[in-house]
Amino acid sequence: MKHLLGVADLSAAEIDHLLGLTDHFVEVTRRRMPKVPALQGRTVSWLFYEDSTRTRLSFEQAAKRLSADTLSFTVSSSSVRKGESLRDTALTIEAMGVDAIVVRHRSAGVPAQVARWVSASVINAGDGWHEHPTQALLDCYTIREHLGSLDGHRIAIVGDIAHSRVARSDVWAFTKLGAEVTVVAPPTLLPPSLAGWPVRVEVDLDRVLPDVDVVYLLRMQQERMTEALIPSLREYTARWGLTRRRVELLDEKAIVMHPGPMNRGVEIAADVADLSRAVVIDQVRNGVAVRMAVLYDLLGSGSDLGGRP
Amino acid sequence: MSARQRVLIRGGRVVDGSGERVADVAISDGRIAAVEPNLEPKSGDRVLDAAGCLVMPGLVDIHTHLRQPGKEEAETIETGARAAALGGYTCVLAMPNTTPAIDSAGVVREVLELGQGTCCDVRTSAAITMGRAGEQLTPMAELAELGVRFFTDDGNGVQDVRLMRRAMEYANGLGLTLAQHCEDEALSAGGHMNEGEVSARIGIPGVPAEAEELMVMRDIALARLTGARVHFQHLSTQGSVAMVRAAKGGGLHVTCEATPHHFTLTDERCASFDPVFKVNPPLRTEADVAAVRAGLADGSIDCIATDHAPHAPEAKEQPFDEAPPGMLGLQTALALALTHLALAPADLVGLLAARPAAILGVEDIHGGPVESGRPANLCVVDPAATWVVSGTKLASRSRNTPYEGMKLTGQVRHTLLWGEPVVVDAEAQR
Repeated sequence: MKHLLGVADLSAAEIDHLLGLTDHFVEVTRRRMPKVPALQGRTVSWLFYEDSTRTRLSFEQAAKRLSADTLSFTVSSSSVRKGESLRDTALTIEAMGVDAIVVRHRSAGVPAQVARWVSASVINAGDGWHEHPTQALLDCYTIREHLGSLDGHRIAIVGDIAHSRVARSDVWAFTKLGAEVTVVAPPTLLPPSLAGWPVRVEVDLDRVLPDVDVVYLLRMQQERMTEALIPSLREYTARWGLTRRRVELLDEKAIVMHPGPMNRGVEIAADVADLSRAVVIDQVRNGVAVRMAVLYDLLGSGSDLGGRP
Repeated sequence: MSARQRVLIRGGRVVDGSGERVADVAISDGRIAAVEPNLEPKSGDRVLDAAGCLVMPGLVDIHTHLRQPGKEEAETIETGARAAALGGYTCVLAMPNTTPAIDSAGVVREVLELGQGTCCDVRTSAAITMGRAGEQLTPMAELAELGVRFFTDDGNGVQDVRLMRRAMEYANGLGLTLAQHCEDEALSAGGHMNEGEVSARIGIPGVPAEAEELMVMRDIALARLTGARVHFQHLSTQGSVAMVRAAKGGGLHVTCEATPHHFTLTDERCASFDPVFKVNPPLRTEADVAAVRAGLADGSIDCIATDHAPHAPEAKEQPFDEAPPGMLGLQTALALALTHLALAPADLVGLLAARPAAILGVEDIHGGPVESGRPANLCVVDPAATWVVSGTKLASRSRNTPYEGMKLTGQVRHTLLWGEPVVVDAEAQR
C-alpha cells in the first residue's frame, strides 16, 4: 500500500491486515516503555487545513511511538485563501524531506489530489464529507475487541449521514468485514442518493435499536439547523438522540460508539455517554495503535517489527 | 499573404447544408470564386491539399470565454482566436463575464478592437444586467448600434423573474436575442458537481438537475408571455431537453445549445477529484448524455457550443470545491462531434456552423453554403486523422482540457478566414 486515501479503495484482506498489525501495536502501547524504533529516521508531516485536536494528537502520538520525526504544517482557514495553490503547498512540504504527509482538509478529495503531486505517502486524516479512513479502522478494531468480529453483526449508524466522512468510511469498512449496516437519519440528512450503498435505510430509531449489536452515533452539528435541514436540536434529540429510555431498547450486550467530540444532551444523553457499554474511550485509545499500524504499513521496511512488538 | 491572393483547395469533398460532393474550391478576393471538380491552379495560386478531407463552412461558436479584459493569464482574445481557428472556427462570440463585465460601449469597443487582426472573426455578446449583477438592464440599444445582437449574463442566470420579463420585452422590441445560463441559485448554492449517485458516494456537495430545469421552465413561460426570442445556453439535463422540445412544438421562439462535454462525459469523472472535470452546468449522468445526443440528432437542440472556459493551471490546482468551473473546448469540439455523434457530416455542419450562425445573425458571412460568391470562411477537416489531446500543446493560454491523453478522430487541416489561410496543415499562420 502506497497511500491510505479511503476505505472504499481497500479490500477486506487489506483491512484485516491493518487490524492484525494493530494487535501488535496495542501490545506495544501497553508496555512500560511504549516505543519502538520502527520508523527511526523517517519523517511524517501533518498538513492540516482544518482545526482538529484529537486526530492530530492521535497521529502525533502514533508517530512518536514509532520513533518517527514529525513536522507540522497547520493552515488556519483564513490564511488558506491568501493565494498559494494546494499543489505548491504540497510540493513545498515534500521538498523539506518527508516520507509521509497526513492530510486533513475541509474539501473532499484533497488527499487524492496531493497524492498525485508528491512521491511521499499520503494518509487521509479526513476530507470534507468524503472519508476518514483511520477512524473507520479504529472503529472496526474496537468492535472486534468487544464483539469478537464484525462478520454477521448488525450495526446502526445514526445521524447526519449526508455530511459525514465518518459514516462514508464506516459503511465501507463495516460491510467489507461482513457486518449488516442500517443508516438511521432524518430524511434531510440522508445523502441525495443511496444507490450503490450496501445499507438498509430507516427513519425510526426505535424500530432499529432492539435488533442491533452496535449503535454508532454521529456528531450533530449546530450549522445543520441554520441550513434548515432539521427543525430544531430539540426535535432531533427527541427522535434520533440516544436517550436513557432508548438505551433500554438495546440488547444487553450491544455497545454504543461515537467518533467524538460528543454533544452530550444532543445525539447522546449525558448519562448514556458514561455507561460502560459506551466504548468511546476505547475508540480513542485504539486510535493510536491503528495509526501506528497505518504508518508502519506505509513507511516501515517490514524488518524492524520482527517478533519484538 | 494578403487576402487578395488566390487560393485553390484541391482534392476534397465539399460538405454543407445541401450535402456532400467531390469538388475543388477556388477562392479569390476573399470570396469563393468556383466550386467544381478538377479545377486547375493558375500561376500564383496558393494550393491547399484537401485529399481525403471534408471542405466545410468555417465553424461558429456562440459560447466562448476569451477572458479579456481581466483574466489575461488564462486567455487573451488573440490566443483564444488562434485556438478557435485551429479548431476550425471562423467566428466566435465572446461571453461577457470578464473584468470589467462587457456591459458598456467602452468594453464592447475594446473587445472588438482586440479581435481585429486575429485568426478569427471575434464578435461579442454583452450582459443583460449591469455588472451581471442581476439588478439593472444594460444599455442594449446603444450596444446594439455597435453590433451586439446577443445578450446574456452567462456565468450566472438572471435570478429575478420580473427583471427577466422586462429584459425580454425590451430586447424583443429591439430585435435582439437574449440567452440564458439556466441556474436557480437558491437551489444550486453550495454545489460543485451533479447531485446524484456519484456526489453522494464521494461526498462532494451537488447541484440537482432541477436547478437548471426550473429556470428553463420559467423562461419558457416568460417567452410565451412576452413573445421574445430566447436562447438557452449549455443545456445539460434530460428534463431541459424535453422541455425545450415541447416549447418548440408549441411554436415558441426558443433555441438552445449543448456543449461537447455534455454529450461525451459523465459525473463519474468527478470521482477522481480532479477539478479539470468541474464545470457549470456540471457533468451529468449517462441518461442526460443520451438525452443531449438525442436532442442534437432530432433538432431539439439547435447547435453545439463549446463553452470554452480557460483557467490558469494554478486555479485548477485547488481543492475541487474551491476551483473555478470550466474547461477548454475550441480545439476538441469538432473531433468530439465526429467521434461521438453518429451523424452525417452535413448534419454536423448544421450543428456547428449553419444554425449557430443563424442564431447569431451572421449567416450571410459564416456557416453558409459553399458556393460561388459567398465569403470564403471555410475549414478543411481530415475526418480520419487521429490525434492525442495534450493540454500543453493546445493554443489556448490555459491547458484545462478534460480530454487529456484521449485519442480523438478528426483533425482540422486548414482554416480560411475571408480567403486567407489562417491555419495551414494544422499550424496557425498568425
